[in-house]
Amino acid sequence: MIVQKKPQLLTDTPLHYCPGCTHGIVHRLVAESIEELGMCDNAIGVMPVGCAVFGYNYFKCDMLQAAHGRAPSVSTGVKRVHPDALVFSYQGDGDCSSIGMCETVHAAARGENFTIIFINNGIYGMTGGQMAPTTMEGVKATTCIYGRDPKINGNPIHVAEMLATLTGPCYIERVACDNPAHVNAAKKAIKKAFELQIAKKGFTFIEVLASCPSNYHLTPLDAQKFVTERAIPFYPLGVIKDTTKEEK
Amino acid sequence: MKKLWKGNEAIAEAAIAAGCRYFFGYPITPQNEIPEYMSWRLNEVGGSFVQAESEVSAINMVYGAAGAGGRAMTSSSSPGISLKQEGISYLAGAMVPCVIINMMRSGPGLGGIQPSQGDYFQATKGGGHGDYHCIVYAPASIQEFVDITYKAFDTADRYRVPVMLIGDGMLGQMMEPAEIPPMKNINRLPKKDWAVDCNNGGTQRLINSIKIDANELEEHNIHLAQIYEEIAKKETEVETYLCDDAEYIFVAYGSVARICKASIDELRKEGIKAGLIRPITLYPYPTKTIAKYAKKRIVKKFVTVELSMGQMVEDVRLAVNGKKPVEFYGRAGGNVMMPGDLVKYIKEGK
Repeated sequence: MIVQKKPQLLTDTPLHYCPGCTHGIVHRLVAESIEELGMCDNAIGVMPVGCAVFGYNYFKCDMLQAAHGRAPSVSTGVKRVHPDALVFSYQGDGDCSSIGMCETVHAAARGENFTIIFINNGIYGMTGGQMAPTTMEGVKATTCIYGRDPKINGNPIHVAEMLATLTGPCYIERVACDNPAHVNAAKKAIKKAFELQIAKKGFTFIEVLASCPSNYHLTPLDAQKFVTERAIPFYPLGVIKDTTKEEK
Repeated sequence: MKKLWKGNEAIAEAAIAAGCRYFFGYPITPQNEIPEYMSWRLNEVGGSFVQAESEVSAINMVYGAAGAGGRAMTSSSSPGISLKQEGISYLAGAMVPCVIINMMRSGPGLGGIQPSQGDYFQATKGGGHGDYHCIVYAPASIQEFVDITYKAFDTADRYRVPVMLIGDGMLGQMMEPAEIPPMKNINRLPKKDWAVDCNNGGTQRLINSIKIDANELEEHNIHLAQIYEEIAKKETEVETYLCDDAEYIFVAYGSVARICKASIDELRKEGIKAGLIRPITLYPYPTKTIAKYAKKRIVKKFVTVELSMGQMVEDVRLAVNGKKPVEFYGRAGGNVMMPGDLVKYIKEGK
């Protein structure tokens, strides 16, 4: 039997996330990766506005809570002062790809040496289930109650692919947490992004396809099934950009 | 040693002398010389400059860099300062000290690029959302801009509040002799134990403005109010010019105060006793000084002079509190009054 211990970077504060939400898993993967890289004493996190707004309660490292969508700019400022710190921003789809898309794109284009952990569950969680830029066609939200219709509501954005067109990013991967194999792959991707940041290779971006049982009105298990059956076919997993491979 | 400096460049050099090592800006007239100067000068002193993608982004870079303990600054002009207001509210809420320069231009909307004082309300009454204030200085010369920029970083750090300096295109673009104070050793600046650094296993340091519990937030609001009270006691600055025997008192700030001084000198040559109260801090406002002169029997009236349709005049009326008439003389749209206009205004008894 494999017994997993709790990462030392996480606090004992009970998570406020809904049952079946992916945030808890990703928090753990981020904390584990930082710990394994020996960076617990040298990490700074920037939290978004959205469900992860209280994320600073769960990490022991120093943190900043940013205005909605501005975490990439805040991280840019932090990294200029502490170039050797491991800086990550942790942002949802509304934060990172709607109100903060401009900040995300330009931080990526500048090749800022920090990592964005992008939690894409295709819906606004904290405000109660409104349509997000990543909400898929046909998916119901409180601001598109008959399901997203591109003619009325516009089209979803493939953020990782879009950022991959820029020169600045060195590593972009899309992962999911809908089964143990995918969780392990997600961990590997997050850790690799941090390693590249430590090596000062430039901007790194990990998109995590996440579940939101509460706002999709699904059981925790069915919410994972939604990721497997609906989200992954539309948002394919895998490495989308890796310039470090070419260097070898 | 005094040198001939362009206003905007003198401000940038004074900031560097004060230990500013992080600057984030976005182009807008009439303040472009500040980011332009910072872009090469910060490189020389081991600092960091980013031309941000927007004013919104620039102020949040300030939040990050200043929250991480650096001395950080941004500059803009009116429409850009509107975009920064969200960030300024967060800086005030999270108690992150920084320096913000606003070289005001005429508005509303895109307005024009010529001198204006139309952002008085925005600067002094909040601007962004929520219950907060910035310390607001209104220097009237390039030397004063230099001196206040130099000390603004210390003042911001002491109270952990954003400090704003407001000028206009006239002050930003003109050249005057000015002396830059000596370069501070940034390693000897007071330590910021609240700033995010890498905590080395210690207690988490958090830069944050969300306080979801009503009691916790009210406590924070009360704490901020106490800080503003302390600031009002210790940081209020005002200049009076020939007020002791004055029958007519102008109240004006920034470049307009200099025009008033020229008018006063002309009026006095003709035997008309005029004086000037020049607020150097617009927040905290020198209410007590104005109230003191309002009580003097000899004073016939106050005339508030502004490059707006009347904003600071409200604070003058509050300070005078009905004891004397308070009149208003303003020009707008980028037009500037001449000293003769004010002489005529007083002589014709309007």
